[in-house]
Parts: sequence; structure tokens; C-alpha cells
Amino acid sequence: MTELFMLIAAKYNYCLYVILMMIGLYAMIAKNNLMKKLVGMNIFQTAIILFYVSIGFKHNATIPIIMGDHGHGGHGAAINAADYMNPLPHVLMLTAIVVSVATLGVAMALCVKVYQRYQTLEEDELRMRLSEKIKL
Amino acid sequence: MKLLSLIVVCLTGGLLLYGTADLPDWGDPNAPASLHLSNYYIENAIRDTEVPNLVTAVLADYRSIDTMLETAVVFCAGLACFLLLRDFTPKKDHHYRHVPTGVILHVKNPDRQVIVGNEFEDMDKEWLPPDTIIKTVCRMLIPFIQIYALYVVAHGDFSPGGGFQGGVILGSSFILLAISYNLKYLLKRVSEKFLGILSAAGVLVYMGIGLAAMVLGGNFLDYEKYAPIFGEHHIRALGMLGVEIGVGMSVTAVMVIIYINIVSEGKHDEGL
Repeated sequence: MTELFMLIAAKYNYCLYVILMMIGLYAMIAKNNLMKKLVGMNIFQTAIILFYVSIGFKHNATIPIIMGDHGHGGHGAAINAADYMNPLPHVLMLTAIVVSVATLGVAMALCVKVYQRYQTLEEDELRMRLSEKIKL
Repeated sequence: MKLLSLIVVCLTGGLLLYGTADLPDWGDPNAPASLHLSNYYIENAIRDTEVPNLVTAVLADYRSIDTMLETAVVFCAGLACFLLLRDFTPKKDHHYRHVPTGVILHVKNPDRQVIVGNEFEDMDKEWLPPDTIIKTVCRMLIPFIQIYALYVVAHGDFSPGGGFQGGVILGSSFILLAISYNLKYLLKRVSEKFLGILSAAGVLVYMGIGLAAMVLGGNFLDYEKYAPIFGEHHIRALGMLGVEIGVGMSVTAVMVIIYINIVSEGKHDEGL
């Protein structure tokens, strides 16, 4: 049991992201309202973004901007890779955040369209309206 | 149904939690993610590109084609919002507001052409007068937000920032204008046509910089080939700045397009 607690204490950040992801996934599957599903999708995305950013972290390292003599084309002492965080996850997530905003926009546009036609965003009511339409 | 989904979610979460036991420790410098490619970026980016901000160096140089297509995705999202929602059908009832006195004219017959003088302006049923405090504060804040956005775009090479971030800040300043006044006030200043052209022009600037490098005899997006025109000094940083400006233009326009189409359901009237 103490080993389990040690494990959770050492990697509590990953546990938090998994819990965040579970919340998002549950909202996407179980919620009836389309807007709530979208909120769940965004929580899911946030969990993945946080996971990536925390992969890029290193202890005793600073942000990935080369400082001092090295910057502005200087060729002083060699740059030690352990002094700077991993820039790659930051780049991937930077673009992922903006693209997630854009895809959220498209999803909300689709929701507006659905609401205009069926006057509801509840999934069971939508299914009812759709089956009524087919009978007519 | 709810119970079933709860079981599925708990199963997935449990498996992932079980998997976290094998992940490297948090902040471990010897984690696999920080051993191979990222070390090359950190040690050689200054020599290769002369840009101190490694995030921008990777974003706009090492992975520039990825970023270009990312910008194209953002542009496509704006286009999709426009095509899904934009509603060009004319409205049936017309309301006109007499600007000096605030008297409202309601015209019910849509076929009759009504000619109103300059003192009247077109308005909607849901129109509410904007609050004076909010208006004043936003009028004072918006120029500073926009200057900051341009700073973030321009300094993306040397400090935290870049086209995506600056574009979002600039776009949100326009959205703030639309919230504090109303949508028509924004569209009088930034027309819909201008936004559409701006979002396409951003992608075009990015691809144009890439294609011009090919015309000058290099690979796609090889900024070194601009050296005969702009000089050797920091030529890659300059190329990245051009690319970031393209990204910023596209992101700004797309943010505003998405906002104006969603809040008004494509009608572009004053509501909200």
C-alpha cells in the first residue's frame, strides 16, 4: 500500500490528467445535451494538452528561450541541453490549442444549425424528431 | 446507459492509471522524450536559425510545413463556419432608430420601400443601448490590447510569442469591441469582406513565402534563399517573422469570423 502511495505521489500530475480525461470522456458519452458534450470534449483536449506540456518539463531547467551570450547569434560556450526544457511539446500544443478553438467554432456552428432546424439540442428529443420525420 | 458509460470511463481511466506507473518521473531530464530530437533542437537551433526562442524556431523553421497546414486548418474552420451559418435572407420587419432622440420606427410591410433620412439608423428588435461604463473602459483598453497583440507577433522570435498567440489576442480585441458596443458597430469598422480576404491572405502569405523561396532556387520555405535580397543578417529570423505575420492575419480573421457568425446565427444583426 505504501508503494502505491509513493507511486501516486511521484506521478500525481499524470494521475490528475487521467482523472481530467475521465471527466471529459464521461461527459462526451453520457450527457444528453450537445453543448455539454462539447464542454466534455474541451475538457478532454485540455487533459491531453496538459499531459504533453508536462512531458516537456525538466527539473532545474528554464523555458526554451536561449539566454544571454548564446542569443542574438553569439557563439560563446556550448549550450547544455539539460538547461532548457523540451520545446517540441510546446510547439505541438501551441498549434493544437488554436486548432481546438477553431474546431470548437465549427462544432458550435453545427449546434446552431441543429437548433435552428429542430428547436432542441437534447439528444433523445432530436432522435424523436428525426424518427417522426422519417414516418412523415 | 449512464451506468454503462461510467463503467467504460472507469475502465479506460483505470488502464491509463495503471499505465502511468511505467511513465518516466515528472521532470526527469533522462526521460525518452527529452533525449533524442529535443536535444538536437536545443543545441543546434541557434547555429541553424539564429533565433533564441526555440519554440518559434521549431514552429516556423524545422516544422514549418506542419505549421502551414495548421494555418490552413484554421482557415478552413473559419470558412466552414461562414458557409454553415451565414444567412443572406432579408429580414421581414424593419426597425429604425432616430439617433438624436432615440425614437424607434417599426415598419411591418417588407415590400414597401421606406426611405429614411440620415438621422435614422437601421436596428433590430433585440437592440439594447450599450452601457456607458463598459463602453468607456473598452474604448480605453482596446488600443492597448491591439498594440500588445502586435508586439507579441513581432517579438515571436526573441521572446515568448508568435503568430498564433498574437492573432488570438488581436482577434479577441475585435470581439471585445463587438461585445461592448454591438455587432454592427464592429462590422462598420471591419467589414465581413475584409475579414474573409484577410483570413485567406494570411495563408497566402505563408505559402507565398515558401513558393518564392522555390522560385529563388531553394527548397520550399528555405529562408536562406532570401539572403541576396534582404542581406545575410538574421535572414532566417526575418523569414520566420514573415511567416508569423501570415499566421497572425489568418488567426485574427478566423476568430472574428467564427464569433460574428455564431453569436448572430449568421444574420449579422445587433443582438448580443
